[in-house]
Amino acid sequence: MIKPVILLILSLLAAQLCAAYPDGGDLLGKIDKNMLSSTMKAKTTMIVQTRRATRTLVSNNWSQGSQKAFSEYLSPAREKGTKMLRDGDNLWIYDPGTDRVIQISGNMLKQSVMGSDLSYEDMMEETNLQKSYSSQVTGEKVYEGRDCWIMQLNARKADVTYQKVVLYVDKKRFLPLYEELYAKSGKLLKTMRVQEVMQVGSRWYPKKALYKDELKDGKGTLFIINSVQFDVKLPAHIFTKAALKK
Amino acid sequence: MLKFILIGLFRDRSRSIFPVLIVAAGVLVTVFMSSYLNGFIQSMLSQNARFDTGHLKIVTKAYAENLSLKPYDLGFINLGGEVEQWKKDFPGIRWTPRIYFGALLDVPDAEGQTREQGNVFGLAVDLEDSSVVRDLRLNDALVQGRLPRQKNEILLSETLLQKLGLSPGAEVTLLGSSFYGTMSFANFRVCGSFSFGVEAIDRSGLIAGINAARAFLDMPEGASEYFGYLPGGVYDNEQVLQIKQQFNARYSSQDEFAPVLLALTDQNDLGYLLLYMKFAMALISFVFVVIIGIVLWNAGLLNGIRRYGEFGLRLALGESKKHLYAWLVMEALVTGLVGSALGAGLGILAILYFHAHGFNFTTLLRDTSFMVENVIYTSLDWKNILLGILPGVLATLLGALLAGIGIFKRRTSQLFQELEA
Repeated sequence: MIKPVILLILSLLAAQLCAAYPDGGDLLGKIDKNMLSSTMKAKTTMIVQTRRATRTLVSNNWSQGSQKAFSEYLSPAREKGTKMLRDGDNLWIYDPGTDRVIQISGNMLKQSVMGSDLSYEDMMEETNLQKSYSSQVTGEKVYEGRDCWIMQLNARKADVTYQKVVLYVDKKRFLPLYEELYAKSGKLLKTMRVQEVMQVGSRWYPKKALYKDELKDGKGTLFIINSVQFDVKLPAHIFTKAALKK
Repeated sequence: MLKFILIGLFRDRSRSIFPVLIVAAGVLVTVFMSSYLNGFIQSMLSQNARFDTGHLKIVTKAYAENLSLKPYDLGFINLGGEVEQWKKDFPGIRWTPRIYFGALLDVPDAEGQTREQGNVFGLAVDLEDSSVVRDLRLNDALVQGRLPRQKNEILLSETLLQKLGLSPGAEVTLLGSSFYGTMSFANFRVCGSFSFGVEAIDRSGLIAGINAARAFLDMPEGASEYFGYLPGGVYDNEQVLQIKQQFNARYSSQDEFAPVLLALTDQNDLGYLLLYMKFAMALISFVFVVIIGIVLWNAGLLNGIRRYGEFGLRLALGESKKHLYAWLVMEALVTGLVGSALGAGLGILAILYFHAHGFNFTTLLRDTSFMVENVIYTSLDWKNILLGILPGVLATLLGALLAGIGIFKRRTSQLFQELEA
């Protein structure tokens, strides 16, 4: 008689705990609403810290939805004028030195972008989390002084690069402050730590984040957003191959 | 005595032909096998020394930790004075820079758009140094076109050239990762194609001048590895290990990019492989001695039975047992020498044939990264031939020594009774 009673009490407690957590899908929707925009224009600085040297790359970036993106590197001198265009599943790079537009595909997509801890594949990832992942809130914790939900995301499709993701999401700002990205095998591949945030209109956005490829030596890549504008009008030609050579 | 034994050997062929044939067959196999294995080892050592290891090489400590990955971003840059110092410290050693790199080769169409792409394995060498061209036997390996003369010229493997539908004169773009990990692009003109007969390089190889690669990879005065070759061009493990000890003691440092010297045997498990090959050779010789020894022991016993009367008569006439035993051993020695000479002669003929024509392993080596020539030639080394003859003589001696023991069991008192019977 005692056993069923204990089981009942435990079940009620578990149900109570689950009820205290928000629905994973709803929370992911709020994160997407905060992070995604119809268009975006940003100037960014990428500080790549390798075993050998630290390099700073500055670029202008434009994006439209989650499928189109365009970048132009402004410095250093060796990279100045290099442009990248993403249109859906295609990625092209233009190099002013050779005056060539080259499509990146296959194994090259797994290569690092400009020596950073990010790969071309990362750039190609679908940014709409709700589309790519099912989610569940598994706990809560205080991270860097902010109350966060701990979320576990599981990929909806096999072709998603990171099959499992763990997020610490700011409870009030719906901004992921920490990410762990896992392979299908369960191996931790990358981490992301937001170091500084900024408010742009009603959104909270990462100002400075450290990306770390956990399979590589080095101190990681610091990604800084110098300036950003959301939902701005962008010229249509910018997301075309012709824009690469301009 | 020797003349008498030799006459006996040829006149009484029924007692000599079987042991001579056995020894000859064994020596033939041993001589040929040792020559083939030696040819294989030499091919492997020279191919590795040419393309991958040098007789010795200097790399950074960080690079050495990931040697198989060939991480050029952990290699040397801005070297100048250091190389001169190495040359002073170890005079006679020929140092030459190498850079190994991977890249994407992009072939444009008439409008400059990507027509074909392929991954390439790049090897950058000092093409202005004629000894490097000679070491790599680049002129022999050239299939089409000519060697690079300009900084923006490269050679592609003939396989890759065909696969991409290119011909000498074609313009291509290389896309890779610089020393600092950033993207690097460079346009090149294909000036020719090569085939080394080494599948690992012929599949997707590219050869560029060291300065072109330095510019492409942003490595001024850089190299991923510095190869060293001994004077005379022949690998000497003892000498290399001595240089290694001296160099590493002199340049030992906590700096992760400090130079460290590696011997050929430290790389690609070649040290273990050489040890294994030596063990295999010793095993072949040992097995040969034991097996042929047992066979000849048996032949000696049969011979003893056949010559039972002869031995009895000689003992009865007063010949000592020791003398008779020594006679038998001498007979065996002569048999062994004749058999070995015959086997070695046949072996040399076989070795000469395969030294000229070789064994073609092209099909077997397809899709492997094994650093060995597609055609293996037997080695013409008298040491190997002698090594084959020695077990032949040893085996006959062993057989005679064992079979002859029976002589000491004969009783003089029974000899006449045996003879009367």
